[in-house]
Amino acid sequence: MTELTELGIKAIREGVKAGDFSAREVAEGFNANIASAEALNAFITATPDHALKAADAVDAARAKGEELGSMAGVPIGVKDLFATQGVQTSAASHILEGFKPEYESTVSRKLWEAGAGMLGKLNLDQFAMGSSNESSYFGEVVSPWRKQGSDAKLAPGGSSGGSSAAVAARLAPAATGTDTGGSIRQPAAFTGITGIKPTYGRCSRWGIVAFASSLDQAGPMAKDVTDCAIMLEAMAGFDPKDSTSLDLPVPDWEAALSSDLTGKKIGIPKEYRMDGLAADVAKAWDDGIQWLKDAGAEVVDISLPHTKYALASYYIIAPAEASSNLARYDGVRYGLRDLPEGANLQDMYAATRAAGFGDEVKRRILIGTYVLSAGFYDAYYTQAQKVRTLVQRDFMSAFEQCDVILAPTAPTAAFALGEKTGDPLEMYMGDVFSVPASLAGLPAMSVPSGLNADGLPLGLQIIGKPFDEQGVLNAGLALEERAGFTAKPQKWW
Amino acid sequence: MLALHWKNALALQLNRRSGGEMSNYRIQGATGEWEVVIGLEVHAQVTSEAKLFSSSSTQFGAEPNTQVSLIDAAMPGMLPVPNQECIRQAVRTGMAINAQINKYSRFDRKNYFYADLPQGYQISQLYHPIVGEGELLIEADEKAGLPEDKVIGIERIHVEQDAGKLMHDQHPTMSYVDLNRCGVALMEIVSRPDMTSPAEAGAYLAKLRSILRYVGSCDGNMDQGSMRADVNVSVRRPGEELGTRTETKNVNSVRFVMQVVEVEAQRQVDLIEDGGTVVQETRLFDPTSGTTRSMRSKEDAHDYRYFPDPDLLPVELDDAFLEDCKASLPELPDAKRARYIEKLGLSVYNARELTAEVETFGRFETLLAETAKILGKDESALATQVANWSLSIAPGVLKSLGDEANPAYSTAEAQAKILKMQDAGEISGGQAKEIYEIVLKTGRDAEEIAEAEGLKQVSDTGAIEAKIDEVLAANQDKVEQYRGGKDKLFGFFVGQTMKAMQGKGNPAVVNELLKQKLG
Repeated sequence: MTELTELGIKAIREGVKAGDFSAREVAEGFNANIASAEALNAFITATPDHALKAADAVDAARAKGEELGSMAGVPIGVKDLFATQGVQTSAASHILEGFKPEYESTVSRKLWEAGAGMLGKLNLDQFAMGSSNESSYFGEVVSPWRKQGSDAKLAPGGSSGGSSAAVAARLAPAATGTDTGGSIRQPAAFTGITGIKPTYGRCSRWGIVAFASSLDQAGPMAKDVTDCAIMLEAMAGFDPKDSTSLDLPVPDWEAALSSDLTGKKIGIPKEYRMDGLAADVAKAWDDGIQWLKDAGAEVVDISLPHTKYALASYYIIAPAEASSNLARYDGVRYGLRDLPEGANLQDMYAATRAAGFGDEVKRRILIGTYVLSAGFYDAYYTQAQKVRTLVQRDFMSAFEQCDVILAPTAPTAAFALGEKTGDPLEMYMGDVFSVPASLAGLPAMSVPSGLNADGLPLGLQIIGKPFDEQGVLNAGLALEERAGFTAKPQKWW
Repeated sequence: MLALHWKNALALQLNRRSGGEMSNYRIQGATGEWEVVIGLEVHAQVTSEAKLFSSSSTQFGAEPNTQVSLIDAAMPGMLPVPNQECIRQAVRTGMAINAQINKYSRFDRKNYFYADLPQGYQISQLYHPIVGEGELLIEADEKAGLPEDKVIGIERIHVEQDAGKLMHDQHPTMSYVDLNRCGVALMEIVSRPDMTSPAEAGAYLAKLRSILRYVGSCDGNMDQGSMRADVNVSVRRPGEELGTRTETKNVNSVRFVMQVVEVEAQRQVDLIEDGGTVVQETRLFDPTSGTTRSMRSKEDAHDYRYFPDPDLLPVELDDAFLEDCKASLPELPDAKRARYIEKLGLSVYNARELTAEVETFGRFETLLAETAKILGKDESALATQVANWSLSIAPGVLKSLGDEANPAYSTAEAQAKILKMQDAGEISGGQAKEIYEIVLKTGRDAEEIAEAEGLKQVSDTGAIEAKIDEVLAANQDKVEQYRGGKDKLFGFFVGQTMKAMQGKGNPAVVNELLKQKLG
């Protein structure tokens, strides 16, 4: 029998349902893998008991002949940005270290209701700010992948780097991620897994520590397209507690999966062929185009003329919102409080926030505060919002000519830890392909396309129309079937 | 932007003058006359069960921090959800001041740090408020220093969250925070700088409070902080450009607002005349000393970094919602006052007094309806009598009795019976008061009291004539004088006859018979 920890969501669910193995065995297997993978630093908090308890409940329900949920028996990792009742929810920051919410995020609650269990809370870039998982207060996550012939530590991507590393290293069959400017797609691409950010509003933001409210979206990170469809279905749905939540029924994405793209048009944005695009990534993109043609799709050239302004606009809007969203971490009610001798209220704020936030978080709070300041607001924030509207219009007119868009997920394969920490701008440049879809609130997915010459995974991105997750998943499935990606990192940890 | 303009159906037949004209109010400085320019920003707590963005209770006076949700405490990942009732009340309020209702509005964040503000920002509306331009009429009231009616412009009404409350008296070195009030919905109602005297400022606030209470969008309890005003005051030479203004925060009564205008204007005049300049600043009013003092100047004002709240969608109102809001509005003070004058024939004074407070007109209208019913008469025929009774006679009796009175006995039915007896000439005004006194003390039936206590007038001409004859016989000299042309003596005979009848004679009958007898 295949090792249980090699299985994905669907295989585990079906196996448990058929009685091939118990949910408890599955949870025990992943718990064991987690316990032996400390070198990866993927988890901030392991919760083996939570996983076992959920597994036992599923086994008991099965024994009684009860109907099982869509995620029954599947233990997952949860990005430590989702509030989990009674379990530390840190956002990988010192300021929330030790914070145990009395509430459960809507998304995680829905997953538990579907029969999933929690293996633990996954590491991330602090407050989801970063593209390499190096800004975590709890230490960087190390990718399970290595370049051939090298033992240099690589970045697992970010901000959902704990999630990507855990799934790639078989510490979890799937994990939740959140994506603000690419935080699901880029780490998925770096680690050879699949991840989808749905349309903005599909998943409730209630109980997810906010980074940039108008961009944040939760989504699944899993082994393949089918698993993503299953898990996204369990996570999505209207939530009256989130005003920006979409009041639409959740389609049965899994049932409607089809890799036959006959009659579909795939848009190839010319502006994405830019300087800095690695040759191996360009090659993977060309492969992707061929695969989609092979699946029956027609390929059309499209233009997204405002692409070059998207990144700058994103790095104004996201920090602006963040600077306000993070004002609540003030040492008054919860989390860290640094109260120097004789300090007044202002001193306490300053000391608490100086000690509690990491450098990248402080950098973005400063940028955000600056762009919202009197005299600068129109030049930065208002201008950035105009650009955002133009980027959205680009996509809307492009979608008059095509059904989905194919592009690289990131301009390069995974880079080494420490390689870009000295230059934040260079780090930000890595988000150039993922940010536009975020600004437009569109569903977008990364699917592994193969390995480059160094033996590192590359990802292809599919961007769809609003609410058309199905179109994205189907194109993803067509890529997946043709890419035949089966590579996995050699265990060194 | 989409907008609607609501107009009152009932045009006022009152002498209106548009805002902006100057009253006669002047400050006499050492160097000449000064005008005062006043604008008010009124914060009115919206009457609603729940807060603006959370389901916590808004009850006043609860134990600290017992009405705080996860949202109010700004726990990580919590999101605001707008309370439709608060939106509805703001729209209804806007309609009540004939304002433009913005079908598209949105919420903005006002960012600043303070311990009573858990989110680190207040959710407010800067760029697109829910209510635009409106107006409010303050009526002429000579005695109050308001020679003419005047319309005061209202710039906007926006909806925002209240903050919590810091408590500094709980611990020698620490401050405590109570978040019960945090997140409660407020309407900020911003006037134009159209007021030019303390009386106008006072009248504006009183009228606004009255409208809010008619509409039911705010309870108007100023002593509980449900309504408070920021008073903007500047002075200038008559007809010249506006001067620099100061803003005195959180003034919580009509009287204090008038006092703030007076002392702050005087302070500014004194300052300028002594060679100083007024600085734009925020000030606080100290009711004990009756003075204002500086709180912070413009230089250290916050940069609030307003931006649209990304957690909230724009508020978009449809026609059906607006129609519902409009249909739910009661008759408003101006319309009611006009109706009282035109349809009920009440005096301007009575109409104004009766319509000022919700409770007053409520009692009056109930009593008028009841009286009209039992007398089978038209309301307009009885309105003045009932108005006088409601405004002065009944409250006078109630007040004179103090604790002896049980207000629960003061039913519309009991009072209508008294008014009916009076209308039929069965009892005099004095007897009406006496009967009402007994009603208030005992709850006995008014008609039964009149019978049992002999509180009825004598209209029997025979009995009255007998007394008149006695009076005339005893005062032959005066009868001669009267007949000789001293008309003023008529009152003397009425008085003597009433005295002889122990006050129970029907004055109309007494007058009639006296005239006959005296020729």
